[in-house]
Amino acid sequence: MSWSVLLTKLSEGMLVSVEIFVLTLVFSLPLGLIVTFGRMSKNALIRNITKLYISIMRGTPLMLQLMVVYFGPYYLFGITLPRSYRFLAVIIGFVLNYAAYFAEIYRGGIESMPLGQYEAAKVLGYSKSQTFFKIILPQVIKRILPAVTNEVITLVKDTSLAFVISVSEMFTLAKAIASAQRSTIPFMVAGVFYYVFNFVVAYTMEWIEKKVSYYR
Amino acid sequence: MKLLEIKNLKKNFDDLEVIEDISLDVEEGQVVAIIGPSGSGKSTLLRCATLLETMDSGELIYVGEKAVTTVDGKAVYAPPKDLKRIQRYFGLVFQNFNLFPHYSVIKNITDPLISVQKKSKEEALAIGRELLKKMALSSKEDAYPYQLSGGQQQRVSIARALALNPKVLFFDEPTSALDPELTGEILKVIKQLAAEKMTMVIVTHEIAFARDLADHVIFMDGGVIVEEGSPEEVINNPQHERTKLFLSRFE
Repeated sequence: MSWSVLLTKLSEGMLVSVEIFVLTLVFSLPLGLIVTFGRMSKNALIRNITKLYISIMRGTPLMLQLMVVYFGPYYLFGITLPRSYRFLAVIIGFVLNYAAYFAEIYRGGIESMPLGQYEAAKVLGYSKSQTFFKIILPQVIKRILPAVTNEVITLVKDTSLAFVISVSEMFTLAKAIASAQRSTIPFMVAGVFYYVFNFVVAYTMEWIEKKVSYYR
Repeated sequence: MKLLEIKNLKKNFDDLEVIEDISLDVEEGQVVAIIGPSGSGKSTLLRCATLLETMDSGELIYVGEKAVTTVDGKAVYAPPKDLKRIQRYFGLVFQNFNLFPHYSVIKNITDPLISVQKKSKEEALAIGRELLKKMALSSKEDAYPYQLSGGQQQRVSIARALALNPKVLFFDEPTSALDPELTGEILKVIKQLAAEKMTMVIVTHEIAFARDLADHVIFMDGGVIVEEGSPEEVINNPQHERTKLFLSRFE
């Protein structure tokens, strides 16, 4: 196999990896906020259910979670889903897993906010939702950016776990080519692809951090 | 005209009695200074009056409107809609400013006007700029709080409170986080407000300042008002041993 064929194949797989990456972030970042509200709820039932959810998501391998999402409907309820469900299953699995991690990052940020910010907002007459979205959240985002960057970089590498239910993202293809060609070169190239991807991610996150560094 | 009436306020934290039984009235244009040792309950009194803390029993009335009443010995708060309206009668200046760090100086002042009082951006800007001028901070309009000295930050927070046009302005130890040099500039601003007949309730450790400025001085200790009256009576000629002991440390 020539270099150009190898690179073309892996680039195609890369598109799928990027798709998983983007869709996961688009849905898990807001979902994480909802989960953190549940985790911080005054209602003990909601709080404990959310705690259990976070505990399972963080306490079991993502690979296993992907298998449960994909095979679960059949083994639990006898529902047969089309092959195209694979990709959806990957997204569902990733979103549920990452939302749990993001929720805990948000919670850390929210709990680190000085009480005085809430009190000032209250005395000035801001409503609860205004206080959260105008005063608290922007400051929380600034505080949690480094932790979020960590998670996002891990996500880039985690996309390779989609191979477990045969979604042909980049690493799945690299493995297939490597075994067909009896060569380790595809793996090396895959490594370079991930590195470049993450280089872009880290650069972008640094840019965002600079954007919010106009205040302390 | 009475702008604020507090009647038989009681407040416990768990089993600890913080405020035993306090009543006080504030007339329009009056400057009331509350002094007393740490832990005397004066900050808690202020926090109950500004609805940051809930009282156990007692009455809280602003401009004749009841924010809190007591039924069967338990405090009953007015419905949220009424409290929201009553809240507009007062403002509060905090010890550590509590400015919003992600907003510029001018936005700290104008955003509540726009978001809460639904004023137009132009109107809010005009109010904000005028107050900054009054606070001698016009050049700092676009600065962020971290770029200002403590005294400047406190002046911005006073402007922020004044912008909403409260009838009563509370100060919770407004100079305690400042060094003596910066304390002077805040006291000057408060003096100017007093000259304009702004109604103010000030919790302070600045005894000389309380004597010069206040119409009415309240000395609190152990959750009760030990002594109150004109500065002449309370600070210059205290009657109670406890007041004398407290004031002797400031001579």
